[in-house]
Amino acid sequence: MSIFSSYFQMCDALPGREGLLNFSLMCNNLPELLKGVPLTLELVFISLTLGFCLALGVALMRISNSRVLNIIARSYVFYFRGTPLLVQIFLIYYGLAQFEAVRESFLWPFFKEAYWCGILALMLNTGAYTAEIIRGGLQSVPFGQIEAARAMGMSGLLLYKRIIFPIAFRQALPAYGNEMILMVKGTSLVSTITLMEVTGIARYIIAKYWTPVEIFLIAGIIYLVINYLVTQIVKKAEYKFTPYLQHPK
Amino acid sequence: MVNALDIKNLVKSFGDLEVIKNVSLTAEQGDVICIIGSSGSGKSTLLRCINLLEIPNSGEISVKGELIKMTQDKKGQPCPADHHQVDRIRAKLAMVFQSFNLWEHMTVLQNVIEAPVHVQKINKMQATELGLALLAKGGITEKADEYPSSLSGGQQQRVAIARALAVNPDILLFDEPTSSLDPELVGGVLRVMKSLAEEGRTMIVVTHEMGFAKEVASKVLFLHNGHIEEQGTPNEIFNSPKSERLKQFLASNLKG
Amino acid sequence: MDFFELLAFGDTGWGDEMLRACFMTLLVSLSAMAMGLLFAIFGTMSKMSSNGFARGIGNTYTTIVRGVPELLVIYLLYFGLNNAVMGVAKGVFGYDQYIELPVFLVATLAVGLISGAYSTEVIRGAFLVVPKGQIEAAKSVGMNRFLIFHRVLVPQVLRYALPGLGNVWQLTLKDTALIMVTGLVEIMRQAHIGAGSTHEPFVFYITAALLYLVLTTISSLILNGAENWANKGVRRA
Repeated sequence: MSIFSSYFQMCDALPGREGLLNFSLMCNNLPELLKGVPLTLELVFISLTLGFCLALGVALMRISNSRVLNIIARSYVFYFRGTPLLVQIFLIYYGLAQFEAVRESFLWPFFKEAYWCGILALMLNTGAYTAEIIRGGLQSVPFGQIEAARAMGMSGLLLYKRIIFPIAFRQALPAYGNEMILMVKGTSLVSTITLMEVTGIARYIIAKYWTPVEIFLIAGIIYLVINYLVTQIVKKAEYKFTPYLQHPK
Repeated sequence: MVNALDIKNLVKSFGDLEVIKNVSLTAEQGDVICIIGSSGSGKSTLLRCINLLEIPNSGEISVKGELIKMTQDKKGQPCPADHHQVDRIRAKLAMVFQSFNLWEHMTVLQNVIEAPVHVQKINKMQATELGLALLAKGGITEKADEYPSSLSGGQQQRVAIARALAVNPDILLFDEPTSSLDPELVGGVLRVMKSLAEEGRTMIVVTHEMGFAKEVASKVLFLHNGHIEEQGTPNEIFNSPKSERLKQFLASNLKG
Repeated sequence: MDFFELLAFGDTGWGDEMLRACFMTLLVSLSAMAMGLLFAIFGTMSKMSSNGFARGIGNTYTTIVRGVPELLVIYLLYFGLNNAVMGVAKGVFGYDQYIELPVFLVATLAVGLISGAYSTEVIRGAFLVVPKGQIEAAKSVGMNRFLIFHRVLVPQVLRYALPGLGNVWQLTLKDTALIMVTGLVEIMRQAHIGAGSTHEPFVFYITAALLYLVLTTISSLILNGAENWANKGVRRA
């Protein structure tokens, strides 16, 4: 593994304790922090996916005719958008464990794991915000274009599939891209319930060696890179799906 | 020969405001009917009742002899009895809107073949051939792969007309098709509409363009306050108006 | 002890502590929002400046602060600001003693920095949306730059920025929950203390959630009212 040893040699050559920042330390600990990236990405991907499915259901409940479904959906969105993610995480991880009913239920193997609690909290949180993004997208479809489709005999599922969803999706893309970035940042909060993603590992290293600024700086850079990549992917998607919003040739 | 369109005793209110008061009209195959009148007279509403974009409160609408079945919904409001019938009838009608309403996420050609392929279930290659031919008729073939947002108003409207023709409608409905256009673009659209009339298409046109109505219409309806105040051939309406209101309307609308 | 006993006011219950923590949350949020608006004014000015270097600073500020998790920003400032200030004090003033910044200041500064980055984007966006014709009309009646700025530009920017700034406020309010890691006693930390002491985490965290809900709901109502006031005379979709 000569690449790794030459990497660490390079790290040791960088300025260390003498300077303003201990670059040598930052460099040496980068690989350790990078070990948290897979978990971060896993948490992001799973919660975004599950959250999106949930959001679709909630959005449908919102636009349905049933008053009961409407109220349930609105309460859900109200609660999860009105409270901080940290409270939501703590309530699920610490709060639920308080009840014997939960501890004895068949769901306990899930609820005692920080991993599943984290995913549940993240999923419920992004579900609420995404539901509003979807609703906003659906509402922003220009009514005239829906009328034109109806006037040609389109209705029901065909109308949604060919006209309403495609346009709503394109309108919602920028907002959802933003939500994806917020989710990446949100995963750092699960470090408070012992999960070892990037921030969790950072806190562990700091607890051992007490060099908070350098380690948190490197962690910050890792998140910046991840978010940059997400932004690029969203930009490409926007470019691909909305060629008509690009500058005219 | 069954009439293309039969409307009997149509009434439409928005809340307390009665916008269409007992209107009846017939259109035979090949008729070009222009509906004129001042703003608020109910012209657009009348047109939009035909393809049920507005639901009439009472009255009968028959397209090519088929009566649109109406009933009441849970709140006692009128609504179509059979949604499949409505879709089917709409597929035989086509409407060109004042604000074009082209689908922004599809190219010009995709806009034109959308209904034939997905509503009428025509083979995509056939529909594309037909679509390109129609775009050629409108003089906009070169824009086939562009998005509506890069077209001028006049070009968009010509695409909208091609889109309407692509479904081979029994009746073409035009809702103030040139009102949103710059004056110099109006002529191009009217030319296309004129050629359609000359082909023998059944058209119902709500318009402010008196010149077009004079030249092309087979029958002109003057709507005022939701009534048909006067109707007749273009000659009768424009050269010998009988009612006071029509005379006033023409005086303030005809140029020169 | 049941729910209501736990939250009673007075010596045995935690109600008064939670309420005091709620006020602290509100105080930090308001200070951070105000600070953020100050940052945002500078941020907007630099991002819209013709000077490339100024633009660079503005862009770096908003990109970094919005791209890094809030928790990290708070940790960085909490651990790093003391040393940074001491370093500056030593280098510039020759002051050698240990400086400890009050936690309230550090926490507010951290959240203010985050809030400011988002506010910058909102205000900048609002500037770009004001129709150019409004400025041209003002110029053509002979208004000078200062008059145009505060009679035409600022009122319009405020109107367009209000919904976005309302969102930033809600964000700021919720971000203060993360300050618990600094030890400042706001809602989350108080709930954490209570939960640890009584082993009834659900009670305390649900109370915390309810307190936040009350704060965000009241904020919503006030902001809706403000939007209506700012938009009087404007036809809205």
